[in-house]
Amino acid sequence: MAPNALNGVKIIEFCTTISGAYCGKLMADLGAEVIKIEPPVTGDEARRRPPFQNDDPDPEKSGLFLYINTNKFGITLDPSKPKGKEIFERLVRQADILIEDHRPGEMEEMGLGYDTLKKSNPGLIMMALTPFGQTGPYKDYKAYQLNISHMSGQGYLLPLVAPDLDRPPVQIGGNSGNFDAGLTASLAVMAALFWRGASGKGQYIGMSKMEALVAMQRVESVTFPNSGINMSRKGESLRMSGNGIFPCKDGFVSIVTPEEHQWQNFMKLIGDPPWSKEPWCQNRFERGNHTEKINAYILEWMKDTPKEEIFRKGQAFSVPVAQGNTAEDVVSSPHFNARGFFVEIDHPVMGKLEKFPSRPYRFSKTPWAIARPAPRIGEHNEKIFCEKLDYTPGDLESFKDAGII
Amino acid sequence: MDNSGPLKGIRVVEFTSAWAGPYATCLLGFLGAEVIKVESRQRPDHSRIISFTTGKAFQTLDESEVFNNLNLNKRSVCLNLKMPEAVEIARKLIQVSDVVMENMRPGVVPRLGLGYEDARVIKPDIIYISSSACGQTGPDREYIGYAPTFAALAGLPHVTGYPDWPPSNFLGSIDLRSACTSAFAILAALYYHQQTGEGQYIDLASQEAIATYAGDIFLDYVMNGRVPMRQGNQNDVMAPHNCYRCKGEDKWISIAVATQAEWESLCRTMGRSDLIDDPRFADNARRKTNEAELDTVISAWTGDKDPYDVMVLLQHAGVAATPSMSSEALFNDPHLKERKVFRQVDHPVIGKNWVIAPPWQFSETPAAIRSCGPRLGEHTEEIFMDYLGMSSDEIDKLKKENVIF
Repeated sequence: MAPNALNGVKIIEFCTTISGAYCGKLMADLGAEVIKIEPPVTGDEARRRPPFQNDDPDPEKSGLFLYINTNKFGITLDPSKPKGKEIFERLVRQADILIEDHRPGEMEEMGLGYDTLKKSNPGLIMMALTPFGQTGPYKDYKAYQLNISHMSGQGYLLPLVAPDLDRPPVQIGGNSGNFDAGLTASLAVMAALFWRGASGKGQYIGMSKMEALVAMQRVESVTFPNSGINMSRKGESLRMSGNGIFPCKDGFVSIVTPEEHQWQNFMKLIGDPPWSKEPWCQNRFERGNHTEKINAYILEWMKDTPKEEIFRKGQAFSVPVAQGNTAEDVVSSPHFNARGFFVEIDHPVMGKLEKFPSRPYRFSKTPWAIARPAPRIGEHNEKIFCEKLDYTPGDLESFKDAGII
Repeated sequence: MDNSGPLKGIRVVEFTSAWAGPYATCLLGFLGAEVIKVESRQRPDHSRIISFTTGKAFQTLDESEVFNNLNLNKRSVCLNLKMPEAVEIARKLIQVSDVVMENMRPGVVPRLGLGYEDARVIKPDIIYISSSACGQTGPDREYIGYAPTFAALAGLPHVTGYPDWPPSNFLGSIDLRSACTSAFAILAALYYHQQTGEGQYIDLASQEAIATYAGDIFLDYVMNGRVPMRQGNQNDVMAPHNCYRCKGEDKWISIAVATQAEWESLCRTMGRSDLIDDPRFADNARRKTNEAELDTVISAWTGDKDPYDVMVLLQHAGVAATPSMSSEALFNDPHLKERKVFRQVDHPVIGKNWVIAPPWQFSETPAAIRSCGPRLGEHTEEIFMDYLGMSSDEIDKLKKENVIF
């Protein structure tokens, strides 16, 4: 069997819903042992989020939960109860990394702050993931993905291009903002793990989800202080470069021509129309003043052509063009499938899913792999509590009766 | 500024341009890695030439604030890789590095003699990552792509925007998501190297990096045959969940309510306790069904208020509410000011320039901005002398021969 990049790394994930879980998943999929702690009985909030298989809101049938919790061990535990706290501490003592997303101060209130935990595990790396970080005037503010997406400036620029400014700015579809936060957190955790490998020392890392998203928008975020420019969703920037998403016969295509020769190729693709020879069409700055006219010509050219034909022909002319894929298009894409992006996964409740989205990187030595699907609620209680912590099945029964697990 | 980052001692040599490649190694630089950027006057990093954010074209190659923001902490050397002597020097740089990153079109680096197979001959334990739009394999591998096109192929635009309006386009922040994904893969490979002494090759496809942001969206199709569509700010389960107009030009507040307690707090804060007993909004399911009416009621309350006032009122009542922020709003925000998210660096050509700080707070190994983005070839001499033992005569000769160019 191929080795895992993160073989032997032990992670405790004490997080709700998406961001922290995604951070844990990224590492679990590369072979780390991730123990996910869920609230007893109800399980994690993501289990109540769609899509559900056959729209059945069974907590074991959430596609979202399945997607962001692959390869983890799942236990239930309530560390706010004294015995639960003791078990939590014992788990953390054996771990390399703790990822948590509770509001600032909450871990300390439970007696599980970093200063306490590091006494029995000085090498512990603890990642605290919160909407606005551990300090600052908003640190106790509440925010869901929608709020973080807008607060970070990400939403303000979308949709690109909006018909006008009368309708609200929007967030990126799906759970993108949460994934931004989880991915950004994983970088710090991995770097701390590397440093621990060299120094033997653990540390505490604070991260604001909002700042993870601001960093993702770092170029757009500084236009005002540097140039006095406040971008909007009117698409000012697109005007310069023959950019756009255009409707065609059966959907949309995206075109971008950052290089002049790409614009020329684009004109060849559409048959060197007479307007393209006009003086106002000879460089991007002039074209930027005639966007409406140019867009109308482009629309006219492609309105009766299918998106895939424009995509393939355009690429044959070396024009950076792509079809606007739907979920169906991606799942059935020959290219995505040729690269093995979709893999089969077997889940005890959902059964076999043949097209499960996998990973964006292919490692030559340490491949991404599915060892197990997302855990069912408390699936690994016995394995973790009995095998790792030496409790007996009888202990587990009494923990269960006390609402601890 | 002293480097005490977690990756101190790691050296990265990069052959990348634009946003997705450069920011991946910039992240490693924040974390303490030393990054050497190989460019040439004949093929400078594209972000030195034009800003796709504002449309600004730069007069010289050393005054791009976009380049600066994406290439902090790096050193730049000039090598004209069309010359065999330059390739030979690049190989020597690989020999003294731990990580190589490139983002040329698939097939180009092997032709230059700088592919992974070449690199591992001179440095058997090298970690080598190729980042490309579509990946190194598969039928579309040679297709050209930029953020707007690979986002479209990944399916993100189709679910972003208004349902009755074309999909949203995406610009550079999409590249930065690919960059974060690359950085994560490199960190995993670095950890594996630390444990085993082995290097490896990583093939990263940007379109797959973005597709992983839509994994749960694909699963709706895989499990239910449903093709998820754009839904503005709406969420499948929560209501209210939208951006509401406030006083002033293009000013908005995002409000998201997940629980009954939050709903009742919102009603009381709006002075509309009557809504708590309104059968249209009695529970989450009914609020979701009557969402349009609900949004009208909330907009009527927010419309004459400043978004910050609404945020403070609602946050103090335990309701998640944040403004939708422009670059100006972000720059002036007290929370970001206190947390020093905007940082000013001194640039020898641009002068004082604002950039965004690394998004993590490490207790032991701070991520840091230690220097501004390099001028083209600024460090050619010091690096060739210090690392490759060249004399100034040799360097002069290479300059005359346009090897250093």
